[in-house]
Amino acid sequence: MKKYWRFGALITIILGVLGWLAASGINESKTYYKTISELKGLPPSALSQRVRVTGDVLPGSIQHSGTAVKFTICEKGHNQLLSVVYTGKDPLPDTFRDNAQAMADGKMQPDGTFHASAIAAKCPSKYEAKPGGGQKVQKPLNTNSPSA
Amino acid sequence: MEVLGSLAILFAFCLSIYAFTGSIVGIVWKRPYLQKSAERAVLGVFALVTIASGILVYFLTTSDFRLAYVAAHSNRAMPVMYKFASWWGGQEGSLLLWSWLLALYSAVVVWTNRRRHTGMMPWVIATLQFTQIFFLVLNAFVEQPFKVLAVGRGVQAMQDGQGLNPLLQYWMMAIHPPMLYSGYVGFIVPFAFAMGSLITRQPGDAWIHTTRRWSLITWGFQTTGIILGAGWAYAVLGWGGYWGWDPVENASLLPWITATAFLHSVMMQEKKGMMKVWNMVLISTTYFLCIFGTFLTRSGFVSSVHAFAESSIGYWFLGFLAISIAVVVILILSRLKYLKSETKLESVLSRESSFLFNNLLLLASAFAVLWGTVFPRISEMVTGEKITVGAPFFNKVNVPIGLFLLLLTGVGPLIAWRKSSWESLKKAFRWPAAAMAVTIVVLGVAGIYHFYALMSFGLCAFVATTIAMEFWKGARAIAARTQANLLMAAVELTHRNTRRYGGYLVHMGIVLMFVGFTGAAFNKDTTQDIKVGDRLAVGHYELQIQQITSGSNDNFTWQRAAVAAYRDGKLLGELFPERRVYIMSQQPTSIVAIRRRLNEDLYLNFAGMSETEAGHALLQVYVNPLVSCIWLGFWVVFFGTLICLVPSKVKLAYARTEVVGVYEKKVVAEK
Repeated sequence: MKKYWRFGALITIILGVLGWLAASGINESKTYYKTISELKGLPPSALSQRVRVTGDVLPGSIQHSGTAVKFTICEKGHNQLLSVVYTGKDPLPDTFRDNAQAMADGKMQPDGTFHASAIAAKCPSKYEAKPGGGQKVQKPLNTNSPSA
Repeated sequence: MEVLGSLAILFAFCLSIYAFTGSIVGIVWKRPYLQKSAERAVLGVFALVTIASGILVYFLTTSDFRLAYVAAHSNRAMPVMYKFASWWGGQEGSLLLWSWLLALYSAVVVWTNRRRHTGMMPWVIATLQFTQIFFLVLNAFVEQPFKVLAVGRGVQAMQDGQGLNPLLQYWMMAIHPPMLYSGYVGFIVPFAFAMGSLITRQPGDAWIHTTRRWSLITWGFQTTGIILGAGWAYAVLGWGGYWGWDPVENASLLPWITATAFLHSVMMQEKKGMMKVWNMVLISTTYFLCIFGTFLTRSGFVSSVHAFAESSIGYWFLGFLAISIAVVVILILSRLKYLKSETKLESVLSRESSFLFNNLLLLASAFAVLWGTVFPRISEMVTGEKITVGAPFFNKVNVPIGLFLLLLTGVGPLIAWRKSSWESLKKAFRWPAAAMAVTIVVLGVAGIYHFYALMSFGLCAFVATTIAMEFWKGARAIAARTQANLLMAAVELTHRNTRRYGGYLVHMGIVLMFVGFTGAAFNKDTTQDIKVGDRLAVGHYELQIQQITSGSNDNFTWQRAAVAAYRDGKLLGELFPERRVYIMSQQPTSIVAIRRRLNEDLYLNFAGMSETEAGHALLQVYVNPLVSCIWLGFWVVFFGTLICLVPSKVKLAYARTEVVGVYEKKVVAEK
């Protein structure tokens, strides 16, 4: 019976350590998905949360100033706008353009702007060029045809 | 012709149902002719799916833009290779590839086993066809590849297609999906045999022997596919890394982890008659994860920067998974008494125990990866809030697991079966432990204080020494007897027991890969807005943008930076990172320039001209030490896997009177 105790103890220790690492890993890197309207309604105490917010880049709103990039994203159907300041070190992704769906990771500031440390632009096409995703798609010659 | 293609899929679907029911009815009511016709139906399914695939490829290569699929994934300017690769460039096509591979494998299984395993085969066929039916349902009714862009009665063609996504127009990416799919689909075969042996109450190892090569070959495909994906991400995506714990990457890793665990734990069953239930569970889990991986990448279940597609097929997958999991669980539970272990674990210090911990850790890793991948969905269900976890979570759990596994890689093969004493361990591990200590001390003196990096390099030295010693010991013995030189003796040694020494080579490749992974602890990078002609320093490199040129061809317009790299004032060479805008899709893409050296890569990404200052270029520079070791390690793994597949020269008899290593079965090489 003794050997089973040994196995049991070893396995428990390994799984315990891993569980602890996993829990601390989750706490360190967890990011809340919020919509723009949810963000606006957050209590000030929640400002320290890391948040991922998604919205469409308002055409013409992208401004470069020094290393920072400012732009505005809007939530579809809610007419909610959020101004985002991006100060991360990586250049913006290729897919980040007017109308692209942008995903910003960062924290809300007390002044109502959003400071993003990372931007991912969900390429309107994803990896797959899909019609109707904000990307200009050549329609078939006959314009009123269903294109997909 | 597109009608013919659709019809072929539809017939394949019907035939597949026939093969499934025919097999089952044939065996239950003992009608051999039904079984035979079911086997032929499997071959028929393969022929039909081949016809459908051939037609799709024909449309793609001849740029027939009447088809929605062709118009969305191909264009005239693309090279033929990528036109062909568009077969798996989109949702419908890649699901068709899945079906085709499965049909191919099923046909190979039926053909190679036409005179063997007569009791088990109908169930094997039924399992394969059950999966086949599911994918053919998707091909025929949900994601049809032969949709035509039709208006009213007339069929209208587009002038030109959108083209394959530019990011995918890269040789590694062109062959990555078929490789990975070959791996995914391949594991259905061992699974089918496992089910066959469960249903027919053949608890023995017949299914393991029969599918050993399948498992190895498909494991090789999976490994190749994953590494190709990583190599592609590194060379194309332009963020300087090769692995980002994205759901899509995790999807490919998950079945690989459980498959690796399976390859190890079947040895316990072959040699000791242990872990029979466990092996059933592992192969089933691998199968479920293969389906689940396809589901993750194909359904948009978890949002990912590079999720491929969002569609409703998710529910089909979930339904299919639920049914198959239920069937497998019931089967295993009802056959438990046939799966009793023949021996028991005796000591913590034993080969058995090292296998046990190897499996425990691999499974823990798989679970952590799965958990992290679906975490947003789980947290949403439980707390109502969608929370995602990032790379730190995955690294925090998987780095220690990886190091522990590395340690076991060194310990496992040297430790005795059943029970080992501390004295014998001390003797066996004297030199490896010394190598580890020396490595850590030397690196520490050289100024490396990163804990994990030190441990990793130390363990790599440990494992490499154990493997080298194994070869040396064996080769010296042979050399002494035959007067051959050591190298010839090592070749002879490997040939005598290819499984063992091929396995060591695979481990050596893994060690090299770990060296490469560890290099990431010393990465340096910077992003700078610099004027053409100015210099910038990164690490011990100095870079100067010489000039920017531009041009265009049918497929894309490009802008290219010529960057001279210096080290200690000496010119190392010029690099040409490029930026392309593909004409049809209007999508910009970076073509990075990498100066690859074994010790260090210099990686440049030209992110375009600055938008704020004229004449300035945006340059991202990464200095990545040791990355090349990963690719080198992969080739060693690949070579080792091939060696494992070569039949051993000497038949080895174990105490369990099982012959291991030689099996007279030829699986048609899929290459």
